[in-house]
Amino acid sequence: MSHLHDLTVAELAAGLKAKTFSAAEVAQHFVTRAQNDINATAHVQGADNTFGTGSFLALNPEATLAQAHAADARLAAGTGGALEGVPLGHKDIFVTQAFPTTAGSKMLTGYRSPFDATVVRQLAEAGMVTVGKLNCDEFAMGSANENSAFGPVRNPWDMSRVPGGSSGGSAAAIAARLVPAATGTDTGGSIRQPASFCGITGIKPTYGRASRYGMVAYASSLDQAGPMARTAEDCALLLSAMCGPDLDRDSTSLDVPPEDFSRSLNNSIVGLRIGIPKEFIGEGLAADVRTAVDAALAELAKLGAQLVPISLPLTELSIPVYYIIAPAEASSNLSRFDGVKFGHRAKDFTDLESLYKKSRAEGFGVEVKRRIMTGTYVLSHGYYDAYYLQAQKIRRMIAQDFQNAFKVCDVIAGPVAPKVAWKLGENANDPVADYLADIFTLPASLAGLPGMSVPAGFGMGQGKPLPVGLQLIGNYLKEAQLLNVAHRLQQATDFHLHKPEGV
Amino acid sequence: MSSKLVQGYEVVIGFETHTQLSTQSKIFSRASVAFGAEPNTQACAVDMALPGTLPVMNQAAVERAIQFGLAVNAHVAERSIFARKNYFYPDLPKGYQISQFEIPVVQGGEVSFYLVEGKETVRKTVRLVRAHLEEDAGKSIHEDAALGGGGQSGIDLNRAGTPLLEIVTEPDMRSSDEAVAYAKELHKIVTWIGICDGNMQEGSFRCDANVSVRKPGAPLGTRREIKNLNSFKFMQQAIDFEVRWQIEELEDGRAIQQATVLFDPDTGETRAMRTKEDSADYRYFPDPDLPPLVIDRDWVARVKGSMTELPRVMAQRFVTYYALPEYDATTLTQSKGMAAYFEATAKACNQPKLASNWIMGEVSRLLNAGDMGIENAPVSAAQLAALIGRIHDGTISNNAAKEVFEALWTASGDLVAETGALSLVDTIIEAKGLKQMNDTGALEAIIDEVLAAHPKNVEEFKAGNAKALNGLVGPIMKVSKGKANPAQVNALLMKKLG
Amino acid sequence: MSLQSQDMVRMASLAKLEINPQELEHMRTSINDFFKMVQAIGSVDTTGVEPLAHPVAIIQDVTLRLRDDVVSETNRREANQKSAPAVDRGLFLVPKVVE
Repeated sequence: MSHLHDLTVAELAAGLKAKTFSAAEVAQHFVTRAQNDINATAHVQGADNTFGTGSFLALNPEATLAQAHAADARLAAGTGGALEGVPLGHKDIFVTQAFPTTAGSKMLTGYRSPFDATVVRQLAEAGMVTVGKLNCDEFAMGSANENSAFGPVRNPWDMSRVPGGSSGGSAAAIAARLVPAATGTDTGGSIRQPASFCGITGIKPTYGRASRYGMVAYASSLDQAGPMARTAEDCALLLSAMCGPDLDRDSTSLDVPPEDFSRSLNNSIVGLRIGIPKEFIGEGLAADVRTAVDAALAELAKLGAQLVPISLPLTELSIPVYYIIAPAEASSNLSRFDGVKFGHRAKDFTDLESLYKKSRAEGFGVEVKRRIMTGTYVLSHGYYDAYYLQAQKIRRMIAQDFQNAFKVCDVIAGPVAPKVAWKLGENANDPVADYLADIFTLPASLAGLPGMSVPAGFGMGQGKPLPVGLQLIGNYLKEAQLLNVAHRLQQATDFHLHKPEGV
Repeated sequence: MSSKLVQGYEVVIGFETHTQLSTQSKIFSRASVAFGAEPNTQACAVDMALPGTLPVMNQAAVERAIQFGLAVNAHVAERSIFARKNYFYPDLPKGYQISQFEIPVVQGGEVSFYLVEGKETVRKTVRLVRAHLEEDAGKSIHEDAALGGGGQSGIDLNRAGTPLLEIVTEPDMRSSDEAVAYAKELHKIVTWIGICDGNMQEGSFRCDANVSVRKPGAPLGTRREIKNLNSFKFMQQAIDFEVRWQIEELEDGRAIQQATVLFDPDTGETRAMRTKEDSADYRYFPDPDLPPLVIDRDWVARVKGSMTELPRVMAQRFVTYYALPEYDATTLTQSKGMAAYFEATAKACNQPKLASNWIMGEVSRLLNAGDMGIENAPVSAAQLAALIGRIHDGTISNNAAKEVFEALWTASGDLVAETGALSLVDTIIEAKGLKQMNDTGALEAIIDEVLAAHPKNVEEFKAGNAKALNGLVGPIMKVSKGKANPAQVNALLMKKLG
Repeated sequence: MSLQSQDMVRMASLAKLEINPQELEHMRTSINDFFKMVQAIGSVDTTGVEPLAHPVAIIQDVTLRLRDDVVSETNRREANQKSAPAVDRGLFLVPKVVE
């Protein structure tokens, strides 16, 4: 039998139901691996392979084991949920009672939430066992997970490279087999891009499909939770538990009944029209990424899908539009961190004003401050119309372009990112370079459409194979269709089965 | 509006009133709004803006906004937007207040009231700009010196998230009298329709007055905003002081600086608040956590159908249906209780004007004397009606009725309880022997007796001196111990002397 | 268009961030790099286009959900203040505020 950590969510769920192993054994196994990674991360000198990934920010073995034992009891009684006893990690942007929640920020060091995020509760109710909290860019602001106050996350495929962001801890932990699955959040690509960089599978559902209650807010009109795992089949299992209306807690949550996303995984995709936006495959797309994406598309064509050229003319504009809207909302969402009710409070303040200014200056990292400043500016008197309002109007045009595209195709496909994972520190002094790398994920985010990343092969441009993801974008509420396409691709390919060296 | 000049200056006043809506739970959370709980025990995770929390709108707050809109003939917006007003303050947990900015739920409308100017009462109308829904802030406690070892303020967020309707007027008021009259009328409306408990001490009804002065015909002067006026008395004092102060400044050649000021009841003066830095730029934008508030017309219609008759409508009905003067109608509709008492009395005795006179007269006098509300009046509407009935059918004179009324007012509870209104009144009339003498025979006897005793008056009268009659009526009433019916006495005298 | 130093000072003050001049200047450079990209949005003709607040509004009317006026929150002060920097007798503490 293969190692527990090589099993997928589906395989673990089956093994647990069959009593091949207990939830406690499984939990202990993953807690130990996580702890080892934390230890390795603590002393990061020496050769790459002695590095830890830096994925984990918090463990609570007691709580994890207690959850596992409860799961075993339910399994014994035959009352277990669909995912009973299967472990997962939560991006540290979701508030949890059993673990501290930091959102990757010094501002929230040691913060304990008096309640669980809706998504955390839903997955626990499905029987899942929480291994720990996973590193991410501070307040989910970043594309490389280099903006965490608790150190960067490293890419298991090349420890000198970034895992992508902002859900970098989730992606790296899954690739390194530290957890079989994890939650992530996607505001401008934060599930899809790290999934692509780490060679795993991740999906961001339609905006409003998963509750935002208990997600530390970055950009309210864009933030969306989603699952990350190695296979589309696993993502479907988690997503089925995560979606559903949260009428009592989230006013933007859609009143759409929960759905079994596993149902249609095996549907035929013969005749399915897959639109390829010409703006996604132009210059600016690295050759090795282009090659991998083309190969994956060729596979889909072999499976009977029909590739049709489409256009999303405003793709390039989605960068300024997103980087106006998201910081504007963030500048307001992060005002609650003022050192009064919770979070970091500066030691040496003289009056209220200095309490505010010092606490926030000390608590927030540089990228967060930069976005707060930008957001404050685009909302400030005299600039609102030219920036925020204009951006929200173009946002509608971008969303409309997608609706026009969906008249001639069922699903849209293309690269997730213009290049493979870059070196740690490569863009350290050039934030705009990170912004530019979001170009292919931002349009679907602005439109609130479901999007996912599926392993599509490996780019060879960097001298060693580095994962490349294929992005699939569906129309509103068409998550099942994306998962279906992804699953069929994974039936025909084995990219998702590859394992980083040394794991 | 007519304008009275103060030292040659015209006073211009506009109001912003924060009314706390009488809901059970907060506007965006399920915490209680009850007043006076232990600090922060009624501030839930949402009210404290804990990370991950989101607002969910309270239907009852919207319903009250609709009621208000209908009460002041305003437009209830089909679609209104919640926006974030961004600024930092310790009692503002999220660092922004959820309010309405560009598109408020209530648009336009007006408030009319009567104002006594010299001898006549004039009708004033103040136009409303808007009324919008928003959340209240928490409270800062500065008084407790021991707090946290001294030099600290304490923040209590129990009030944070209490639903508010902010009602904004045009600068239509021209004197502190008008301003206070407007505030009283507004207070009456919101309490009458039951959307606000009106408790000013507890801050349920807080007024900000924007005051400026100008030479007649000149453009509007720079205004100063007097914050948190929570009593009508202070309102008048504060505005009067502020007006005098502004005029002095201008007369001394100093320009008025726009400012927010507070009224100090102890000194009777207003003083500028320490201005919040950057308060100028609130960076309003639509709250992405709250989709547009859509109010369909059926809902408005349902609310309209379920609303109680408004004071001004009721007053109009009193004028047309009971033929009361405007003044009576308005006075009787100052409170629901008063109006109900009047209607019950008027219906029972069929003498609306008499009922009105008695309620505005004796009843109000004794209520004020006993400092009680009409709800606790010892004399029921039925009893007052019975009494009025007895005046009308000539059983007793108006003066005698006042005696009976006093007796009723002080009558012991059980006596009142076990006797019907009419028989109770009659019992008292009997007991006090106040019944008018309507027996012609007996009266004629008395008259003849008096005529015989006053031949001089009789002659003078016959000689054409009408006044001489009084010399006869007086003694007759005296002999009859006041029970003679004056009208009847006159009639008989004429007969005998004519 | 680009941000001037005084814009940065004002934004830092509005956002309640104490940032030293060098850091502020460095930040100004990167923000202005970004604003070079922003110029493009000015030339887009958006006349008659409604801003898009809730993305799904593109396919269906998304309106505010209203909940019943019911109190269901109980006193959880202790749990809610667990991570508070300074509390005395249930009150959050801040340096004395003068009004």
